[in-house]
Amino acid sequence: MKTQTYTVNFGPQHPSTHGVLRVVLELDGETCVGSKTHVGYLHRGIEKLMEDRTYPQVIPYTDRLDYLAGISNNLAYVQTVEKLMKIEVPERAEYIRVILAELMRIASHMVGIGIYIMDLGAVSAVFYPFIEREKILDLMCHITGARMTFNYMRIGGVAQDLHPDFIPALDKFIADFPRFIEDYHKLVDDNEIFKARTKNIGVVCAEKAMDYGLTGPNLRASGVKHDTRVINPYSIYDRFDFEIPVGETGDCYDRYVVRMREVEESFKIIKQAYKDLPEGPVMAKVPKLIKPPQGDVYHQTENPKGVLGCYVVSDGSPKPYRVHFRRPSFNNISIFDELFIGHKVADVVAILASFDFVLGEVDA
Amino acid sequence: MEFLNNIFVYIAQWIRETLATLGFTPVWVEVSMAVVYLVAILGVCTLAALFYVLWERKLAGYIQYRPGPNRLGPNGWFQTIADAIKLLTKEDVVPSEADKIVHLMAPVFIFVPTVLALAVIPFGKGMAAVDLNLGVFYLIAVTSLSTIPIFMGGWGSNNKYSLLGAMRAVAQMVSYEIPLVFSLLGVVLITGTLQLQGIVEAQSQVWFVLLQPIAFLIYIIAATAETNRAPFDLPEGESELTAGIYTEYSGMKWALFFLAEYCNLFIVSAMGVTMFLGGWQGPFLPGWVWFLIKTHLLFSFFIWIRWTFPRIRVDQLMHFGWKFLVPLSLANIFLTGIGVYIYKNGLGWW
Repeated sequence: MKTQTYTVNFGPQHPSTHGVLRVVLELDGETCVGSKTHVGYLHRGIEKLMEDRTYPQVIPYTDRLDYLAGISNNLAYVQTVEKLMKIEVPERAEYIRVILAELMRIASHMVGIGIYIMDLGAVSAVFYPFIEREKILDLMCHITGARMTFNYMRIGGVAQDLHPDFIPALDKFIADFPRFIEDYHKLVDDNEIFKARTKNIGVVCAEKAMDYGLTGPNLRASGVKHDTRVINPYSIYDRFDFEIPVGETGDCYDRYVVRMREVEESFKIIKQAYKDLPEGPVMAKVPKLIKPPQGDVYHQTENPKGVLGCYVVSDGSPKPYRVHFRRPSFNNISIFDELFIGHKVADVVAILASFDFVLGEVDA
Repeated sequence: MEFLNNIFVYIAQWIRETLATLGFTPVWVEVSMAVVYLVAILGVCTLAALFYVLWERKLAGYIQYRPGPNRLGPNGWFQTIADAIKLLTKEDVVPSEADKIVHLMAPVFIFVPTVLALAVIPFGKGMAAVDLNLGVFYLIAVTSLSTIPIFMGGWGSNNKYSLLGAMRAVAQMVSYEIPLVFSLLGVVLITGTLQLQGIVEAQSQVWFVLLQPIAFLIYIIAATAETNRAPFDLPEGESELTAGIYTEYSGMKWALFFLAEYCNLFIVSAMGVTMFLGGWQGPFLPGWVWFLIKTHLLFSFFIWIRWTFPRIRVDQLMHFGWKFLVPLSLANIFLTGIGVYIYKNGLGWW
């Protein structure tokens, strides 16, 4: 019998492309035989816009990169400028930054895991992580007044000290959160359908993962122990005791396991930082007009999605000459075209979801 | 008690007698009664669909820590009616490349097997519109028809997602038909009758779920697959195929598919209750109340499954059906046959 392949336009408007990613799939029945990923539907020219803003005015734009982890993007940018200007950040500000960045990591992973399980068809499993995320966003709201676009970090510290309501709310969160982790493991981990759908699907070996420049949980799932917080500590991450969870095979199941364990490690960091939280100012002495010296600087932080690199070139004026971000999601999804081949349509969705990318970051 | 138990039977009798006294000839009395039964079945069908759409949303809400619909009417119970009105008034979009007749007829035809199947379901003692002595056979025959309108919908839409969904639907429904039928055969072997009333009567001592636990399990799995519900909702597969066969349907046509899904689920629940859970048998309450309670519980169980499990993949679905469910159901029939043989012949030895 003569059969032929056909092309399916998977996205940009599709329930499981997490925004506006477009994948043109060449299908033979249900099997994917070719794939071409198109990006750029959410391109806003953020990097170009930044060139026309003063250094502090750039901070809100970073919130819109990976909009599920605004604080982490803030952190990467302000630390880069601080590195350029050699500003010492007060202790308390560093602790607040770490607590918020790790809370943000949990919130981001909650979305990643929830959407992942939902794309596999278990709709209820998205609600439980989202409830936890909502609690974190409420915590953030106490301090920053915003749910997603925080604009909280400042060059030299943070915008304001912790709100009095924050500490009791954080106490409650710390008390409640372990129960959620336990329940969620019970719901998902040993589910036969979940295992059948994810084990040995979308396998990325360590070598290939590094070749494609994967970072973050997607790289660690392949068994590479790479975490900027440990190998190249920034802020005060060297003071905390936590592990880098790694996977074994680099399949979709491992990517879920690594994210879940990372959430627990972040939770550990939050507890330690919260215990040691010192008193003091939250803002360093910085000039009113921020004018970094001429030169360029590159700085990396470990974002929930992977390594976020920030490159700033200064010509000595109050506006950056050039700002560039190495966006982890953009590098992570580069492997898709190769990874999809030979998988079923349903697996394509599983792989897409397991990589947990954000289009705001891919397209910038 | 006796009166309540037979209230619907009395009503039917009363209508029949009234028609006779009004001077209808026996033939016309029968024809009119057929119309009455049809109206009753359509009523059950519509009420079940309207009720269960909301019940599923409510239950899903409870599962997901949210209230579900709670604005319209007492505790949100009029929500489905409002939704139906909204869907009726929506523009009916037909793709320009669609096969217009097939596209139009699919949501209409999907109700045919549903109504046909409800005709033989015994809601209580003597409460079946038609009490066929080939009831089980008839049920299986008409419910397998529901594959066709779904394929019509997928084909007529002229959309790749729809076609992919339709192909999945046909493969899935044909494959799971077989374990479904085989699981019912065990019960038929024990009772020796295909008549649904007879099967319910035979469960007055012990429900067949206790004698045929494996068959019941197979029935639940196969019925979930037959009705295209999660974890077997591949034809719809929202995250993969946007809406699968329903992608190109909007307004009331889509609503008909949607309502039919609930009617079909009501039928498989009712069938499961009849075959395995003692039908209308039960103490204290009237039979038809028992029947509705049991059906409701089984239906809620299906809802619980849907909102818990991830979706299975298409090749895994086929493997599971052909390599596991079919052999298991055959083994079940074999064992049941031996058991029945020993029970019937062996008891003479003692």
